[in-house]
Amino acid sequence: MESCQSAPSLNSGFKGVQITQEQGQREVFCGLTGIVWLHRKIKDAFFLVIGSRTCAHLIQSAAGVMIFAEPRFATAIIDDRDLAGLADANDELDRVVNQLLGRRPDIKLLFLVGSCPSEVIKLDLGKAAERLSIKYSDSGVRVLNYSGSGIETTFTEGEDACLVSLISQMSFSESTEKKLLIVGTLADIVEDQMARIFNKMGISNVCFFPSRLSSTLPPLSKNTFFILAQPFLNETAKGLEAKGVKRLSAKFPFGVEGSKAWYKAIATFFGVSSTVFDEAIKAPLERALKAVQVKKNIFQDKKVFIFPDSQLEISLARFLCQELGAEIVEIGTPYLNKKLMELELLALPNNVPIYEGQNVENQLQRCFDKKPDLVVCGLGLANPLEAKGFTTKWSIELVFSPVHGFEQAADLAELFCRPLDRHDRLKSLNTVETGVLN
Amino acid sequence: MKLSMWTYEGPPHIGAMRVVTGMKDVHYVLHAPQGDTYADLLFTMIERLKSRPPVSYTTFQARDLGRDTAELFKNAVREAYERFQPKAMIVGASCTAELIQDDPGGLAEAVDLPIPVIPLELPAYQKKENWGASETLYHLVRALCLNVETGKRKIGCKPTCNILGPTALGFRNKDDVKEISKLLDQLGIEVNVVAPLGASVDNLRAIPNADFNIVLYPEIGRLTAEWLKKRFGQDYNRKIPYGVLSTREFIEEVCGLANIQVKRKEVQAFESKSNDSVWYSSSVDSNYLTNKRVYLFGDATHVMNAVRVAKDEFAFEVVGFGTYSREFAREIRQLADEMGLKALVTDDYLEVEAEIERLQPELILGSQMERHIGKRMGIGASVISAPMHVQDFPCRYSPQYGYEGANVLFDTWIHSLMMGLEEHLIHLFRDDSEFKDDAMPSHLGGSLKNEGSAAKKELILSGLQEKEREIFWDEEATLELKKIPFFVRGKAKRNTEKYAEEIGCKSISLETLYDAKAYYGN
Repeated sequence: MESCQSAPSLNSGFKGVQITQEQGQREVFCGLTGIVWLHRKIKDAFFLVIGSRTCAHLIQSAAGVMIFAEPRFATAIIDDRDLAGLADANDELDRVVNQLLGRRPDIKLLFLVGSCPSEVIKLDLGKAAERLSIKYSDSGVRVLNYSGSGIETTFTEGEDACLVSLISQMSFSESTEKKLLIVGTLADIVEDQMARIFNKMGISNVCFFPSRLSSTLPPLSKNTFFILAQPFLNETAKGLEAKGVKRLSAKFPFGVEGSKAWYKAIATFFGVSSTVFDEAIKAPLERALKAVQVKKNIFQDKKVFIFPDSQLEISLARFLCQELGAEIVEIGTPYLNKKLMELELLALPNNVPIYEGQNVENQLQRCFDKKPDLVVCGLGLANPLEAKGFTTKWSIELVFSPVHGFEQAADLAELFCRPLDRHDRLKSLNTVETGVLN
Repeated sequence: MKLSMWTYEGPPHIGAMRVVTGMKDVHYVLHAPQGDTYADLLFTMIERLKSRPPVSYTTFQARDLGRDTAELFKNAVREAYERFQPKAMIVGASCTAELIQDDPGGLAEAVDLPIPVIPLELPAYQKKENWGASETLYHLVRALCLNVETGKRKIGCKPTCNILGPTALGFRNKDDVKEISKLLDQLGIEVNVVAPLGASVDNLRAIPNADFNIVLYPEIGRLTAEWLKKRFGQDYNRKIPYGVLSTREFIEEVCGLANIQVKRKEVQAFESKSNDSVWYSSSVDSNYLTNKRVYLFGDATHVMNAVRVAKDEFAFEVVGFGTYSREFAREIRQLADEMGLKALVTDDYLEVEAEIERLQPELILGSQMERHIGKRMGIGASVISAPMHVQDFPCRYSPQYGYEGANVLFDTWIHSLMMGLEEHLIHLFRDDSEFKDDAMPSHLGGSLKNEGSAAKKELILSGLQEKEREIFWDEEATLELKKIPFFVRGKAKRNTEKYAEEIGCKSISLETLYDAKAYYGN
């Protein structure tokens, strides 16, 4: 049943790693979903999607299980009057923003978030953001714009696009001080742990981006460097580099190995001696090694199949095989930036097939054929696969949980072990032979 | 453009998905951008279905827009047919695909499949989820039954009916069907086809064989029932079996449609065997429920019927209600007229919020969205209608319809209210360290959780005073107002101000407060 849609293109090897591009139906989120965690991270920001009822429905289906007294996201729903040109889209947008800000005087930063419909009708939200920024400058509200549309962005790329828009708000100075920016949304507790380790290494010039408040964005200079904490920040990295901010390259801080390599890159950058470095990470490193070792017994030689979702897949696969002894039978990723992922790819075993893009039906067939012990996949596939007897780890949780750094290495392992453990504990329940019905 | 904090309904293609996902062998090919597959989660997570919805998406991306998206769609149709081998297919576009105008119907026809392929025109910028579901069911039934000459009714057997309207992702639809089927069985009526939930293409073709139709959810089933009435002469019910009173009337009506005698004694015995809500509501413990001020919002069917239950079965005071189902505006306005109220017909969450703020009810019966309002204002809320979230697809049997449904309603609605004793004690003594005024009912976890919203409510109340600055509360009156239990304080404040306005008084003293209390008899 080969057709032009599902035919995979030729393998493009990368230092022994086999990468296949695949096209077809994609079972992934659009970038609007980034709002679900970004609105909690940046506490004075509001996310206004300019889109259709579908966009509104997506976000509330994801976040609406929580009950909000004051939600920090909403949708300006485009209607047929806007499409027919009966209403001037910009006037309409101004009216909606006015209504919103009137209701929420606590908002200091407003994101106009583009969607598929707003992009297909070519609504210029960039211009609108500029115009509204001027209009509301007196009340101290800044207005920015980014796209979270499905046609442009996949899931975590929404955060990437959001951070790109924030770069424009960072001041640029001639400071000669050597500074480091940690880039990517991290759990508050993870940031605090990192700050303590930096402190022990005697490093003080480290900032996190995005910051918890939009008013405290770190400044940039020619002597600022950055390191990514998340693998999906391709455009943010480009944007910072375009400002003359240089990138430190490292593995991503997942698991003991990843965290160690990541901190090492930072230590080296600041000229921290090996002794000081070893001492600074000693306690957390030992704790993490011990805690992960416990999980390793559960995971040794288990076969894992990973569906594309967030671009975290490669780093997580590296963690799963390097530290937990798993065998990775396939890695899917929505997008692969070979430059940013170089060190991660080199740490993978040679024979792991990597698929960039997706044809979900073909991929499911491969998954069935390979009979993995654990499938890492999205929520659209998880329960249907469970019902077929597979054990799954739903991948969105990896984005919503504190998983970075030493103290979380065992938690990260636990996320993957838990479904296997649960499966085991429920064995008698799911085995017909021991059931009372027999 | 419309500012929407929450939307009551999804886009119309979600309605179409609800119809096909409920069915067995129909596939839906949807022209939609990458990301619209989020809709699968509604079914696999919120409803916890065990299989993927029978929907193939083209999931086009920006780079495809420069190419042939029409070809992409045709391939998707071809591949879906080969892979899933459905007995019928529906094709359509989501909101973004509607803008690029690829004509799914024409394209699918060009693929020339050996099964019925039904194109759906669902205008995503004008219509919504329930309309989409209703249209989809109508077009499916019409396409499959149009050429059926007349129904082949079984002669000499029990009267038969179809149940129309239940879908995947419907509010308690699965259990309602079970409950009503049980009731029909008691009455000696056989169910021919339930559609779309659980139906196959062959089942849909057999719909004309029944004697009459039962529309459980008019938002979704009435259009189809109207067509079946015209085409095959099958009549359908108008009463919805929600609450005890309506269930009794439904039984009378359905027996009429089935042309059978109502066996009143048996029905009564069945009712007293299956229902406890009548007794629960009559028992002295429920005395304090009398005149509780309740506001209702949701889809028209659930609201109109819940209004009656609230008023005539629980003896609440209905202070207002509304719906987002514009298609039913006339009916709901008529009901409001009869009750001397004004119905709110809107899909604007902010309008609903303003209305609830104005009316200051003690209980909100609404959708998942009204729970947000309840939290903001510190008012208890129970869910009676879609939209809902995962907790309203419970594991236990929990219909809303029929006699067991009435039992479920009693438990669910009363749960959000403060229990009688606690209400009395808080009224008597205000400064307890644990059972604080302004607290959530202690059977729901107590005070700590809700301090935020209590403070918020004070803010909202003082905000009201800001707006009406011409009326001034003196210190003594303000203190006295605070002694009134939290859940009726908003109402007392409104009444006093209204009274002061009426008598042309600019400031409110302790005396004015009590004058107003006596005036409104409260």
